[in-house]
Amino acid sequence: MTQTLPETTTTRESVVGKPVDRVDGTAKTTGEARFTAEFSHPDLTHAALVHATVSRGRITAIDTSAASAVPGVVTVLTHHNAPALKSPRKVTPTDLSTMASGTSVNYLNTDEVHWDGQPIAVVVAESALAAREAAALVRVTYETAESTVDFTAEEPAAKPQKNNLVMQGSAKKGDAEAAFTAAPVKVDRRFTTPPLHHNAIEPHATLAVWDGDRLTVHDATQSIDWLRSHLALRFGIPTRSVRVIAPFVGGGFGGKGFIWAGTILTALAARATGRPVRLVLTRESVYRTVGGRTPSTQRVALGARTDGTLTSLIHTSVTRLGRVGGTPEAVTSQSKHLYAAENILVRQNLVELDLVSNAAMRAPGEAIGTFALEASIDELAYELGMDPIELRMHNEPERNPIDGKQFARRHLREAYRVGAERFGWADRTPEPRSMRDGRWLVGMGVASAFHPSMLFVANVVVRLSVDGTVLVHCGLQEMGMGSATVQAQVAADALGVPVESVRVEYGDSTLPMAPGAGGSMQTASVANSLLAACEKLERKLTKLGRSPQESPAAVLAREGLPSLEVSVGSDTRLGRMAGQLRFMSKFLMDQRRWMKAALGAHFCEVRVDPDTGEVRVSRWTASFDVGRVLNAKTATSQLKGGIVMGIGMALAEQTLIDPRNGRIMNPSLAEYHVPVHADIPPIDITYLDEPDPTMPLGLVGIGEVSITGVAGAIANAIHHATGKRIRDLPITLDKLL
Amino acid sequence: MAEVRLRVNGADHPLDIQPQVSLLDALREHLGLTGTKKGCDQGACGACTVLADGERINSCLALAVQYEGAEITTIEGIDHPLQAAFVRHDGFQCGYCTSGQICSAVGMLAEHKEGMPSAVTGQGSGSHLSGAEIRERMSGNLCRCGAYNGIVEAIQEVAG
Amino acid sequence: MRTFSYVRAPDVETALRTIATEPNAKFLGGGTNLVDLMRENIERPDVVVDISRLPLTGIDELPGGGVRIGALVRNSSLAAHPLVRTRYPVVSQAVLGGASAQLRNMATVGGNLLQRTRCLYFYDEASACNKREPGSGCSALGGFTRNHGVLGVSDHCIAAHPSDLCVALAALDAEVEVESTRGTRRIPLTEFHHLPGSTPHVETALAPDELVTSVELPAPVTTRSRYRKVRDRASYAFALVSVAAALEVRDDTVTAARLALGGVAPKPWRATEAERVLLGAPATEESFRSAAEAELASATSQDGNDFKIELARRTIVATLRDLLTDRSAA
Ligand SMILES: Cc1cc2nc3c(=O)[nH]c(=O)nc-3n(C[C@H](O)[C@H](O)[C@H](O)COP(=O)(O)OP(=O)(O)OC[C@H]3O[C@@H](n4cnc5c(N)ncnc54)[C@H](O)[C@@H]3O)c2cc1C
Ligand code: SF4
Ligand code: FES
Ligand code: FES
Repeated sequence: MTQTLPETTTTRESVVGKPVDRVDGTAKTTGEARFTAEFSHPDLTHAALVHATVSRGRITAIDTSAASAVPGVVTVLTHHNAPALKSPRKVTPTDLSTMASGTSVNYLNTDEVHWDGQPIAVVVAESALAAREAAALVRVTYETAESTVDFTAEEPAAKPQKNNLVMQGSAKKGDAEAAFTAAPVKVDRRFTTPPLHHNAIEPHATLAVWDGDRLTVHDATQSIDWLRSHLALRFGIPTRSVRVIAPFVGGGFGGKGFIWAGTILTALAARATGRPVRLVLTRESVYRTVGGRTPSTQRVALGARTDGTLTSLIHTSVTRLGRVGGTPEAVTSQSKHLYAAENILVRQNLVELDLVSNAAMRAPGEAIGTFALEASIDELAYELGMDPIELRMHNEPERNPIDGKQFARRHLREAYRVGAERFGWADRTPEPRSMRDGRWLVGMGVASAFHPSMLFVANVVVRLSVDGTVLVHCGLQEMGMGSATVQAQVAADALGVPVESVRVEYGDSTLPMAPGAGGSMQTASVANSLLAACEKLERKLTKLGRSPQESPAAVLAREGLPSLEVSVGSDTRLGRMAGQLRFMSKFLMDQRRWMKAALGAHFCEVRVDPDTGEVRVSRWTASFDVGRVLNAKTATSQLKGGIVMGIGMALAEQTLIDPRNGRIMNPSLAEYHVPVHADIPPIDITYLDEPDPTMPLGLVGIGEVSITGVAGAIANAIHHATGKRIRDLPITLDKLL
Repeated sequence: MAEVRLRVNGADHPLDIQPQVSLLDALREHLGLTGTKKGCDQGACGACTVLADGERINSCLALAVQYEGAEITTIEGIDHPLQAAFVRHDGFQCGYCTSGQICSAVGMLAEHKEGMPSAVTGQGSGSHLSGAEIRERMSGNLCRCGAYNGIVEAIQEVAG
Repeated sequence: MRTFSYVRAPDVETALRTIATEPNAKFLGGGTNLVDLMRENIERPDVVVDISRLPLTGIDELPGGGVRIGALVRNSSLAAHPLVRTRYPVVSQAVLGGASAQLRNMATVGGNLLQRTRCLYFYDEASACNKREPGSGCSALGGFTRNHGVLGVSDHCIAAHPSDLCVALAALDAEVEVESTRGTRRIPLTEFHHLPGSTPHVETALAPDELVTSVELPAPVTTRSRYRKVRDRASYAFALVSVAAALEVRDDTVTAARLALGGVAPKPWRATEAERVLLGAPATEESFRSAAEAELASATSQDGNDFKIELARRTIVATLRDLLTDRSAA
């Protein structure tokens, strides 16, 4: 892959935006790419988890004799014999890694049970098979305590979410309730969405090796850096004594962003046994120990004048946290930004349940919030007798509706125009049940997509060698977004070198710190620093008297330098802290000034079987306003991926938590229905490619925006096909009978 | 323990393993052939797809002992135009389902050639491997990254 | 998974002898259900008798127009066989509607008959289940029942049989041939599976030492047959409701009807009530509707599967309508 002949001139075409093939394409299509579970170590042992089967209480006895007797078992760790762990710290703004703790439970250091599924013992054995066999033989008796696990029953008692620096629990403009009462045209609807799980095909896995007080972990993580700090804290060792390695991660979608029991317990087991331990979670263990998306109930009330002008927009939500942790979802976030309503009220409420903490899952908040908002807008359009796109365009704001801030960039109108034309929206007859194809009822629906854009600190080191190669060092994570590929494109353009000569090394905490792969911010954040580094390098080259036509390598050759290195950001403890503080203040200032978001318009066509209610998505066009696109190929894939996940959420996905005892009953890919090939039609993606003037290279994150609006578009299309409004996800066929 | 001879990618491998060991674990843990992935261990995702005597199977629900004597082909033993086509059409993101998708597609193309019908055969597509045919026939391979379009395009290109 | 010993049976006789002498042994066909359940600790055999190499893999024409299918014929071979596709399209379609191509390449006919329920509580060791542990109770009652039955269920168990193939076989009057060291016998498929009553752990008429050797289909009453499966996604999911139907119509009157339902009962459900209504009735949507009503009249449901009663009615009507109008199925 590395080009050896240095080029001598720099006149070349830009590669940013081009559909460059992934740099790891061959590794992934030949089976060479190694994921966490595929690393080994001499003297390796294997672990398996034992889960609590009550939702709250205390362990009164734990009998490990049968388990210990299984041939090959090294030890069975319980709260009786496990080494001490420090408790996770409360979230503090000066150390953002404190946000990474999955739960507050100090695993195996307590006899308390906080949810059905909490790991209460770990078996370590010479083989994974023996560990699993033994885990099934651990017998536990509990003294149970009363628990609250039923979201539907508890939801009416939800409490308002408090505002903090990062997230608003409520916001208002004007008097939305009064405006709603006075509005001549209105809709007031209640929506529900179920708990969901990420279900990355790669299950969580960890391999932990101690060398004295130094810990090395291979982990399927989305956040190398946070994991490193977290492990250091829990084991009471300096951060520099921990190394985290994650070259390839088999999908995360938020599920690998926090640090969950499996990772911590693997390191704990390795410490206890003095041997390297590997734990690959079973699919069931993933469900029981890793949080998923919270369920929600939502109310959207819209008031409008007869011409369609929104006078009132009210959006309230209830979601849940675990009593042991979790973060609120910004369910009403988009409702502050999408429509120029004269009065706005949003409020988020929370309940705490005895379940594992909820976790961020692709576009936490907006994925489900846009469902309720966009379905309500469609209902209002029908009340008004207006085309749903026309209603949206009529209320398209000039400034951020909630606070009048300037938009950094907003081309939603254009996105709708382009999308409508590609999709053939004009051919739609608005009357429900008016379109058919043979026996199938055909329906078309639209919805807007919205996700806020952010940046984070990223440190990079760039080294130019005299052979013309450029090495980028950055501790970023690659879960399939094509990060290494797109950053190579950024460096290639910035330095005027061929993309093949750039190599990006990532996925290791010994590399400069980068943000986790979450919040759709990794690409822009890293590109931001990478650009700065490349500029630094250019300046150095200029100092060395580089002439305009001279290639970077030629300068080094002329000067007799083997290489030239620059860095952005400092990876010392103080440097990192300073970086974070600098970032926080910049972030807050920037936030005060601009409203930045990725936006889009979804167009979908569904077919509904009038006999059975089966729904098939038959066509999809999505038109995005996502700033500059770095790589047409990987960006399109990522945007499609969100739509596929959204189709699953709209039509089939649901984690079944038994309200009687808080136990997840479908911890299986056979019974939790993610979309299969046959569910997904060809998806037409288009984007405007208008750079965001306030972001590095004009980039806006694209990892999450495309799942937002999907469920709304489908619900709207189903209404168009059948005349039925289904406000509870998933829209399974029984709801259409 | 049982003495088992597995034939994988054209080579014989004598193994001393317990009868509980799945073909998937035998490949990954005992033979170091980690290209084949474990997504569920429940027969529900297809990440573990390999070819046994040319036919695609889920190696997680196969006991290794049962496949003694069968010609097993894993991704490491595959050299097929599909692989480059997957890269061209971006038929993956994280790459975790990819080995299974490719092995499955290789098996699927052979099945189709031999006249194996599918649940959508006869619904207007004739013997041509239409998009609908590919999607139904590949539905045993989940991709949570949602790279389905690229996978189907890659297969279509190779199937001609 | 518990430790077990593995025996590969080279011939039927050895298989029968081994199973007769080992008190806690299980046959291994394709393994797609047994291995899954062993891994979940629900099946815990001491001995696994691998029968996958027994020479029971033929699909042979019988005098009189029937077909005999070896118990170890793989699902995919069954679906692809020309005799099956032309004479019993419903069988081919039922198989192709089930599981995935990979699983169909592994699964055998015998194993498909004996696969166990997908009841979520049956699969969960921590839940009470009368089928897994007689007398422990049924957690499904009051729980998630989307994939549970509405016909033939009892207070002790409401689990549904998950097979697609069996539904087609039930419609076609198939017979199961079984063999043990005591001899050979034949069981009509409709009597092969038991209703739960108060003994949901007794699932079939098969004795623990008996081997299914083949399934025989009599000559079809008509080749106009089809399988319709309704589920929660487009492929690779178990049936919520399925219908296997064969219909012969002369002068707009039904002269022969075979109907069975899947996903709605603890066994593949031969819809005899519906057949009675259909026979001799005018081949109209109205007759189809009354037939469906008649069959579902005895249905009982839980909150989570109440929709299946109406869904089953509609799917019956839709399938019969399709058979009536679709000439290509003739
Ligand atoms: C994810 C998933 C999805 C699926 N979806 C579907 C679906 O949609 N529709 C459907 O119908 N099925 C489905 N299946 C089930 C699949 O069809 C069955 O697992 C399969 O048919 C069982 O056949 P087998 O040969 O693998 O049986 P095995 O697993 O080998 O055996 C199953 C049982 O039958 C016994 N047995 C096997 N052969 C004989 C014999 N000859 N005589 C006596 N006893 C015998 C075994 O002892 C065991 O108890 C699915 C399975 C999975 C894992
Ligand atoms: S329905 Fe039957 S299988 Fe399910 S829990 Fe009840 S007794 Fe067990
Ligand atoms: S790992 Fe075998 S099907 Fe999922
Ligand atoms: S590429 Fe990630 S699961 Fe398919």
